[in-house]
Amino acid sequence: MNITDKIFKFFGGIKPEGYKQISTRNPIKRLPLPKELIIPIRQHVGKMPNIIVKIGDRVLKGQVLAEPVANMSAATHASTSGYIKEIKPMNIPHPSGLPDQCIVLEADGKDEWISLKKIDIKNISLSDLLEKLKHSGVVGLGGATFPSHIKLNANSIETLIVNAAECEPYITCDDMAMQEMPQDFVDGINLIMHILNIPKTIIGIEDNKPKAISKLNSVLGSSKNIQLKIIPTVYPSGDEKRLIYLMLGLKIPKEKRPTEFGIQVFNVATLISIARFINYGEPVISRVVTVTGALNQPNNYQALIGTPIQQLIKDAGGDPRQEIIMGGPMMGFKLPHTDVGVTKAMNCLLAVTDEMKSKASSEMPCIRCTKCVEVCPAQLQPQELYWYAKSKQFEKLTDDYKLFDCIECGCCSYVCPSNIPLVQYYRYAKSEIREQTKSFEIADIARDRNEFRLFRLEREKKERAERNAQRRAQVSDEDKKKLIEEKKAAIDAAIKRVKENEE
Amino acid sequence: MTPLDSPAIKKNMSISLIMFTVTLALIPALIAQIGFFGLQILGNLIIGISFALILEAVCLKLRHYPIKPFLKDGSAFLTAWLLIISIPSSTPIWVMLVGLFFSIVISKHAYGGIGSNPFNPAMIGYAVLLISFPKIMTNWPSAEYFDFNNFLNFSQLFSMFVSIDILDGIVSATPLDKIKTALFLGEPINNSFSIFDQFNAYQIMSIFYLIGGLYLMIKKIITWHLPVSLIFSIFVFSFILNQINPDVFMPSLFHLMNGATFLAAFFIITDPVSGPTTLNGKIIFGVMVGLITVIIRNFGGYPDGIAFAVIFMNIFVPLIEKFTQPKVFGYE
Repeated sequence: MNITDKIFKFFGGIKPEGYKQISTRNPIKRLPLPKELIIPIRQHVGKMPNIIVKIGDRVLKGQVLAEPVANMSAATHASTSGYIKEIKPMNIPHPSGLPDQCIVLEADGKDEWISLKKIDIKNISLSDLLEKLKHSGVVGLGGATFPSHIKLNANSIETLIVNAAECEPYITCDDMAMQEMPQDFVDGINLIMHILNIPKTIIGIEDNKPKAISKLNSVLGSSKNIQLKIIPTVYPSGDEKRLIYLMLGLKIPKEKRPTEFGIQVFNVATLISIARFINYGEPVISRVVTVTGALNQPNNYQALIGTPIQQLIKDAGGDPRQEIIMGGPMMGFKLPHTDVGVTKAMNCLLAVTDEMKSKASSEMPCIRCTKCVEVCPAQLQPQELYWYAKSKQFEKLTDDYKLFDCIECGCCSYVCPSNIPLVQYYRYAKSEIREQTKSFEIADIARDRNEFRLFRLEREKKERAERNAQRRAQVSDEDKKKLIEEKKAAIDAAIKRVKENEE
Repeated sequence: MTPLDSPAIKKNMSISLIMFTVTLALIPALIAQIGFFGLQILGNLIIGISFALILEAVCLKLRHYPIKPFLKDGSAFLTAWLLIISIPSSTPIWVMLVGLFFSIVISKHAYGGIGSNPFNPAMIGYAVLLISFPKIMTNWPSAEYFDFNNFLNFSQLFSMFVSIDILDGIVSATPLDKIKTALFLGEPINNSFSIFDQFNAYQIMSIFYLIGGLYLMIKKIITWHLPVSLIFSIFVFSFILNQINPDVFMPSLFHLMNGATFLAAFFIITDPVSGPTTLNGKIIFGVMVGLITVIIRNFGGYPDGIAFAVIFMNIFVPLIEKFTQPKVFGYE
């Protein structure tokens, strides 16, 4: 693939106020060891791993608590040494607000590691390495939490793209991680390039991170294989497909994956965790979390997985009653419960500001101003999607207006002068369509079955009729007479019996 | 829906703000209009807009809509403004109110209110008046020069209450009108009228509409597509006609600088509700409005045809949109 210095600007996007500086004044902070950690068992996309510890067990820091059960699964580890206090469904940071299986780990304060073994990357087969990674708990730390070993099971990748855009306002965890752990970051890139035999890497980073850029420049030195592309700060440049276009000028449609085009994309925090695992044997037991928004001292924290988020919010000068958004202000969701632990998906905790609360003003009719069209990075027609979602014309949405290409980035809602919560309408329509498709499938199966049953009954009836006809045909006339006589005799006998009884 | 569904942040933009900015862009031309024609127009705006807002409130009430947020959106205000500046300031008050009634009640609320009207409300009101009262609509007060005294002549402010007969003596035809008359009489136009010896009120106002329109483009309220395609279209088609027969058809510059060309280009066809949403659709729409305008001006029965052209093209908007849908990311 041709690599140029050119930046391919994508259509649309917005430039909201970044508020990044409020959480980057101080270095990444570490809290004292929490007394208790609430560790959700499943912190990734895929199957629920199998719990292999019991209540009362003592576990070491980095010990596996739950093992992956399938390929599409990942392990969960103890973030510190201590005792398993409870295993039960508890609140987790998820938009549904539904509880999920968690382990409560009571720290013993020793913070005692398991014996860590680094991996000799030069002398290990790919399949062995992937198996080890599966048990390392490394998943996409950008928020998607897709198990990384699956992404590394790819061949003929020509370009590794590193997503260092961090385009959402407020979030600075990748920025700070690159500033403070540039070597681990670059090690991560080199390891991936080695594992997948990738000749070329491009790091896409927004120009609002000058400190991280200069750090990376000094660490990369004159590396020819790793190119740093500084992109303008436009939300959502960190969206995978938009970033690929920015880097290579290649537009990948919704239904295709980057690997089909020889591209694999990794996020900053994920690369660092891969480097920590391979070079030091450390599984994923902590991550950098930006704690920001309406707080007195916003900061970034290297937080153990399972750290109660209230401890982070308190340390950042917040109040336990504050409403908290997990993720950024554009795509994040308000936490239904704030008594939850830090998870691998948690890149940012954003305390809701007064400005965000005041944005709730009344929804007006769409005036078709197409401000939304001008900002839609998927080049959709948001005003049409809104119209057909509202009138529930689902076929129009899927066939004509490509609803499922919507990445729910929120640009349309952000600019809408009529205050229409467009993304909510799209989410609603998507879930309705999915439900409908599912029920149609079920109905199809039921109909097929019924049709087959009717066909079978018809066939059996026909076969029976044929058999009877055949049997009748075989019986000769004489036999028939005989049969009739026999029947008559039987009837006469019966009449006789009845008469005798009456007498 | 909870107020904090994503995104949690919102750009400071509202329908009211859009309408306010558009109104702001109309102020320079209004000042020019007052300078040429007197304070009458200001009085018309005060009376007419008040009436339009009352109509709007009544309609909202009847349709069980909340009155305050919808009155605040500024759409009735802007519609009334556009209609009032489009008609001669000497128009009798009841005629103006009839036009406003058609703009607000018939063409907007009867079709479902803001966002649902298929036709440009100001142009519906204007077309109704033009068809019903052609003489009143084409008789503008004579305006030879810009006069600062006009701003101080408060007696003009509410002269719409004065009978039309009294005003009759001081009205005169617009340049487009004169051309139309000359064409009907079969006179060569260059004898009856020259564009360059009379840099008149209409041309000055056109320049101010252009300035206001550029301001809207800088403010990103409108895009270049509609205005540029309309102006370009009027220029090209009138140029072709002028090349064919300069004795009958006026040159392009005349058509650009007279009539409602710039007002329509930046303020009328840019109405988002009744116009097309796709970029290519906007270009088609602008070009077609321009073509129809040139045809009506040169061959039709009315001096200016933009209102009819806009309404005519409004009918085609769904069709235009259907055939100009852009490709989605990754499907090019």
